[in-house]
Order: sequence, then C-alpha cells, then structure tokens
Amino acid sequence: MSSILSNVLPAPEDPVLSVIFACRDDPCPVKLNLSVGAYQTEEGKPLVLEVVRKAEQQLANDLYCDKGYLPIDGLADFNKFSAKLILGDDSHAVKENRVVSIQCLSGTGSLRVGAEFLAKHHQQRVIFVPNPTWGNHPFIFTLAGLSVEYFRYYDPHTRGLDFEGMLEDLGAAPSGALVVLQACAHNPTGIDPTLEQWEQIRQIVRSKGLLPFFDNAYQGFASGNLDSDAQSVRMFVADGGECLIAQSFAKNMGLYGERIGALTIVCTSEDVARKVKSQLLLVVRPMYLSPPIHGASIVTTILKNSDMYKDWTIELKGMADRIISMRQQLYEAIQARGTPGDWSHIIKQIGMFSFTGLNEKQVRMMAKEYHIYMTYDGRISMAGLSSKTVPQVADAIHAAVTRIP
Amino acid sequence: MASSMLSLGSTSLLPREINKDKLKLGTSGSNPFLKAKSFSRVTMSVSVKPSRFESITMAPPDPILGVSEAFKADTNELKLNLGVGAYRTEELQPYVLNVVKRLEALASFSSLLLISFIHFLNRMASFQAENLMLERGDNKEYLPIEGLAAFNKATAELLFGAGHPVIKEQKYVATIQGLSGTGSLRLAAALIERYFAGAKVLISAPTWGNHKNIFNDAKVPWSEYRYYDPKTIGLDFEGMIADIKEAPEGSFILLHGCAHNPTGIDPTPEQWVKIADVIQEKNHIPFFDVAYQGFASGSLDEDASSVRLFAERGMEFFVAQSYSKNLGLYAERIGAINVVCSSADAATRVKSQLKRIARPMYSNPPVHGARIVANVVGDATMFGEWKAEMEMMAGRIKTVRQKLGKDWSFILKQIGMFSFTGLNKAQSDNMTNKWHVYMTKDGRISLAGLSMAKCEYLADAIIDSYHNALLYWETPIEL
Repeated sequence: MSSILSNVLPAPEDPVLSVIFACRDDPCPVKLNLSVGAYQTEEGKPLVLEVVRKAEQQLANDLYCDKGYLPIDGLADFNKFSAKLILGDDSHAVKENRVVSIQCLSGTGSLRVGAEFLAKHHQQRVIFVPNPTWGNHPFIFTLAGLSVEYFRYYDPHTRGLDFEGMLEDLGAAPSGALVVLQACAHNPTGIDPTLEQWEQIRQIVRSKGLLPFFDNAYQGFASGNLDSDAQSVRMFVADGGECLIAQSFAKNMGLYGERIGALTIVCTSEDVARKVKSQLLLVVRPMYLSPPIHGASIVTTILKNSDMYKDWTIELKGMADRIISMRQQLYEAIQARGTPGDWSHIIKQIGMFSFTGLNEKQVRMMAKEYHIYMTYDGRISMAGLSSKTVPQVADAIHAAVTRIP
Repeated sequence: MASSMLSLGSTSLLPREINKDKLKLGTSGSNPFLKAKSFSRVTMSVSVKPSRFESITMAPPDPILGVSEAFKADTNELKLNLGVGAYRTEELQPYVLNVVKRLEALASFSSLLLISFIHFLNRMASFQAENLMLERGDNKEYLPIEGLAAFNKATAELLFGAGHPVIKEQKYVATIQGLSGTGSLRLAAALIERYFAGAKVLISAPTWGNHKNIFNDAKVPWSEYRYYDPKTIGLDFEGMIADIKEAPEGSFILLHGCAHNPTGIDPTPEQWVKIADVIQEKNHIPFFDVAYQGFASGSLDEDASSVRLFAERGMEFFVAQSYSKNLGLYAERIGAINVVCSSADAATRVKSQLKRIARPMYSNPPVHGARIVANVVGDATMFGEWKAEMEMMAGRIKTVRQKLGKDWSFILKQIGMFSFTGLNKAQSDNMTNKWHVYMTKDGRISLAGLSMAKCEYLADAIIDSYHNALLYWETPIEL
C-alpha cells in the first residue's frame, strides 16, 4: 500500500543521544555518563531541591488552585520576579516600565520566541553565535528565520578565550546584527570573559550597534552567587541600551522537566515595550497558546517568599560549590598522576561543563576501555562527577593522553 | 548557557542538515526599513536612545482572550463572560474536577460546607495524581523529546481504544507529547510544511480562530470548506462534501473529532461515513483536532467514533489531542500529536522528524501535565472516577442547553461547549454593551460559562438583541 509518508526521511541521529544510549547499553557496572547536562548528587542521582518540594506541597494544598489558562505571556508574578532576578531589584529599566518579560518554555522556548520575534521585526536578521556554542542554538535561530554566523571564542591552544579574535569578529559584524552572548558558565567550554573583558565586549557591541541576545541558563550556578553571575547582563542594561535575555530555571532551580524560563526584552521606552509585548503574544499564540503553569508557580512561590528565597540560595550555592570541588579534585588527581600537559583549565573554567581538550579518538577510547562517556568534542559535565568517581576519570584521562596523541 | 541532558554538545562548524531555504529572510517581513543607528557613546551613562523596535506597531488584542479583558474591566454586576471556552461551575468559578474520595477529607473544613460543594470540592482526579506524585518523590529530569512514554501510550489508547490494531505494540502510530492542542497542531503543521510541499489544509468555515494563525505561522497554505449554514443554524453538508471533493488531491482536511468549535454542530455517524468516502476518493489526508473527547456526549468512546471510523478504513491520518477541557488541565498544556501510518517504518521516521521539529522549539515537553494524565488513566479507580466526572459535566452542559433552548431547538442539536447563536456582530455588540454579556463577535457563546440561574437573563438578552439590534442584515431567526 502506498504511503503518503514515504518521502519522510529518518532524522539524523542526535550526537549526544547516541552517547547517552551507548552508555545506557554498556553493561559495565562502573560506567559513568558525563554527557548529561543535569546536576547530579555525590551519589550520582538527580536532585529535586528541598525548597522546590516545599513549594509544591504548598501548591498542592491550595484548594483554590485554578488550572484555567494562563494568559499568553504566562504568570504575571513569575514575569515580574524573573525580571528582577536577572536585572536586579533596583533596576532602572524595570522602574521605567521599559522591560517586557514573558514566561516561556525554559531557555529553548525563550530563545525561539525571541528569535521568531526578531525575524519578523528586526531589520537585521543575521545572528552571531560563539564558536563553539550550545548545539541547539543554530537550529533554533535558523528555524525561526534568522541566518547564523560565528564569532571566534574558544582557543584550543590555550584552552581559554580567544579574546582578540572575539573582538575582531564582533568589530567586523554588520551594523545592527544580532549577537548571542552567554551570560555566564559558557556551554560547552566553561570559559567566561572576565569583567574587564565584558566591558570591552560591551563597548564594541554598542559602538557597532549590535543587538545582544543573552542566554542566561546558569545564573547562580556558575559562581554560586546570583548577583555575581548577572553582572555581564546588568552591565549592558545599565548603559541604557536594548537587549534580549533568555532565562532558564532548569539548572538553578533543578526544574529541568517543568520547562520554565522567561524571555525579557529591555527597550528604550515604555511605549516601545508595550508594542513589543503585543507582538510577542502574536508569536506565542500560534505556537502553543500559553505556557505551562506548574514550573511558573513553583518559581514564583520561591522568589516571592523571602525565607524560601534564602533557602534556595543556600541550596544553589551547595550545588555550585560541589561542582567547584569536583573541578579541584579532578585537577589534583590528574596532577598526582603526572599526566602530561597543562590541566589548569579544569579549575579555570566555570559552570557545569569543562572542555577538556581531549580529542575524539581519546574520547572514544575512554568510553570503550574505561566506560566513561562524554560528547565527542571532549566536553564533560562536572555535575556528573563525584569524589568516588574522580580517580576513575583521572585514570582514564591519563591513559587517553599518554597512549593516544 | 542553556543546555539539556540531551544537549547536542557543541557545533563549531556550519550545522549539518540546515535547510538552506530557511536562510531566506523569513515570513511576511512587512516592516518599514529602519536603519539601526550606530552607538557612538561608550560610557555607562543612561540616556534615551532610538529604539530598534521603534517601527513596531501595536498588535490587535486577541479576539478571544481580549473578550475576557473587556469583561474584567466591566463593573456592572450582571456581567457574564461567555467568551472563553473554559468550564465554569454554577457559581461561575473555574471548576476543577471533583473526586469523591477528597470529599471526605475536605468535609472537615467546616467553612466549606457553607458554600456549594461543586465550587469548593474542586479537587479533581489530578489532585490525587499530584499528591501521589509528591508522595512518590518523582524527579524533575528532562523528558525525552517525544515526551513521557507512559503518557504517549495512554493517550493513544484513549483515542483509538486499548487493543486497537493500529496501536498494538505502538507500531503504526507515531505519538509525540505536545503542548496541548495548539502545540500538537503546530508540530503537525511544521511536518506538513517540510514534507508535503505545496499541500494545503482545508479548514471548516468557521473554525477555531487560532487554526489559521497556526498554519500561517507554519507557512502552510489553507482554504475553507463550507460547514456552518446560517439559514438552518446547522451543517451545510452538501457544501462540505462539494468543497472537499473540489480540493486538489492530497489536501489535508482539518476535522473536529467532536463538539465542533465554534458551532457545536457535528456530523451524524452517517455523514461521517460519507465524509470518509470522499476523503478516500480524493486521496486527501484527514487531520483531526480532538479537543473535547468525553466532553461532548459524556462517553469517551462515543466521542472518538469519528476518529476510529477512519482508523478502521486503514487510512493514514493525523490527530491532535488536548486534555485542557476534559481533564481541566488547561494551564498544564498537555496534549499529543498522533500520526497513523501504514507501516512501522513510516511511524519511526515520522516520529524522528516530529522530534526534530520539537527540539528547536522547546527542547522537550513539560512533565507535570503528562504525569497527571498518565497517572489518572493508568489507575483503574481514578480513571473510573474521572469517567464519572466527565459524564456529570457533559450532562450539565446538556441540561443548560435544554433549559436555554425552549425556543431554540437548533441548540439541542448541537453538542459540546459552544453554541453558535446565529447572532450577528451588531447583535453580539448589543449583548455586550446593553446586557454586559461577553461573547466573541461571531456570535459564539460558551455554554459552560453559563449557570442555570443565569439562563433566563441570557434568554432575555438574546431576544432583545435580535429585535432591537437588527440592522441591515440577513433575516433574523424566527422565534
């Protein structure tokens, strides 16, 4: 029987999924999956924050809970508190009513809605992303109707930031182009500009009239401090210029599966903000009508209540500290084995991921012989390490580096 | 940096598989040219700068949700909101399905006994499910891109009937969890745009207002088939069949599985057979929007009979599902897109492509609503209670129609949440301006927004609007 679907091709295998499946199918009991972009405890288990459970219990006990549709732009209080979280309580932009914030489906959804809006309304449709960047970025922007270009970012020689290259490429960008900047804890490299470097980036972005689109998925998760991690964004907003911000609560509140985030657009005036908001609603409605309530309710409950907020910052710092400790332990273990090369990038990099500098051959060998799985670009999730597994990983790295060039 | 468990690692070269066509400047792009001014200042001082969004115009208010805003602003105490299709209790509060077990627990709240128990016993099967989830300590890890497996299985079984050959071993149906009906329709529309180049979708005249927005944004061409006959306030069956026949072969025909929105008029079983005939004849592809399963007649199976008829025929077709109304889970955004295929291989390929569309839209779907549905449907007791609630709610809607419909026999023939009153725009405006009854401009009222007590008031409003708001329009309905 002929099928109308015969020309539907099988989609290409997702590269990270194939790593996850390979790990899943590995019968070895000491296998370790370091490709997961989700925080795990010392015991290698996913974590639901205590304060999140508390918020959920509170919500479940609320007999008057209304599951009627949220407005197209989501829960109003969520929008308000999310904006304050990234922009600061004393933000002038917020006080001047020129900030639009709408609830979206985590970071991805915020990026997509923002990109669709820009494709419709922004006269320049080229968007620059760092090389390398999160794998989903180019797909999101391309499907939204933007055209993706790269600026230099990672320097494989230093395993650090190619700052000169970055400034050069941004300087050469067409005026008015869009530029994606990861606010902190760059994925996949773990390399962030210093504050001084951010200031230079800001200057070149503003002088070339580029429009920044911040991807803010790790606020609080990088340094352990919510305000410190927001400095890059706040620096740009403070100069009075416009920007977009995609915010995610997947990692810093552990709400991965609830899909909760926000798209914020900082405009130059209240009037523009009003019009921008009305147009954002037109993007959302034919995509999914209105966003899901559960994650938004949890976040709002926590951000609104000063005790819960405090508890959250403590748990968040706990997660960030554990990751920093894993970096330290891995670095020391590698040093102790006398592994050749400079491995200081492991402790210099920040956030959930580290770009180890391992090549694909070495990565495959580590999977095959040591049952340690990471993505083929050599990126490991520090959040998947524990004190118990650090030695195994250090051994594997040592073997890979010494046996395979 | 946004990432997910399923993150793609990094991409440092031009991404593979990019459809070059997408790089063309997108959509209608009807913006006046605005040159971005270059910023010469490099200091941190704040000042008013030209906005790059200066040329953006104010979008019109949403035609349906905008009604609710106008309603909120109205201070008249007699006001009624019959615009939004969300169920209301007798006290016109949003209703969350009741579960008998909770009745006992909640009875201890003495203050609750003073108020109608439908309003205060607003715990649904989902309340039980949510508490079960909390007790179990379910985690919040990312779902796979296609959603919760238990949900996908349950939703396909609910639609086709458990044990139906088409879902046996889940081989022939590609099911992906979607963001309720809208999100599921959007995924399907994107698939159509990608793999059925040039194919158009036929939508009923009228249909839910957001349908055309979805297809427009997905860049899928659409046209209408006749559906509503204003003279009979019924189905224009001849027109419907003729228009479907005339459409280019291989068109997608958007059909409402039951409880047509906005008219409330469904084809009879015999008419459904003829619709299936003509669709098969023209090698069209049926595309069902099922947003009210169980809510129309009170029976889940009866409401799925149109879809099942097509499945029996061995046709390949699409079905978008929503649990917004029948489980009262509007705000959780839970639904699914199902593509019935003629082979397991086709289903695998289709599923992979649907995932490829979802990934750059929102990565993976929200877990909460999916778990609620999976828990409710998966538990025999809870599911039984849910079915009983369904029948009660659907029954109430029927009663409201009957009470309202003494002189409105056409309403009795309609089922579901909406009633197409046949009022024109001027008459609808009179309903709002004079009577503070809010409805959408096409004359649609949501009967679920109506309580028994308000029926007489509404009847008065409708009669008055017909007589006194009559302008230069077609003949009003004879009362």
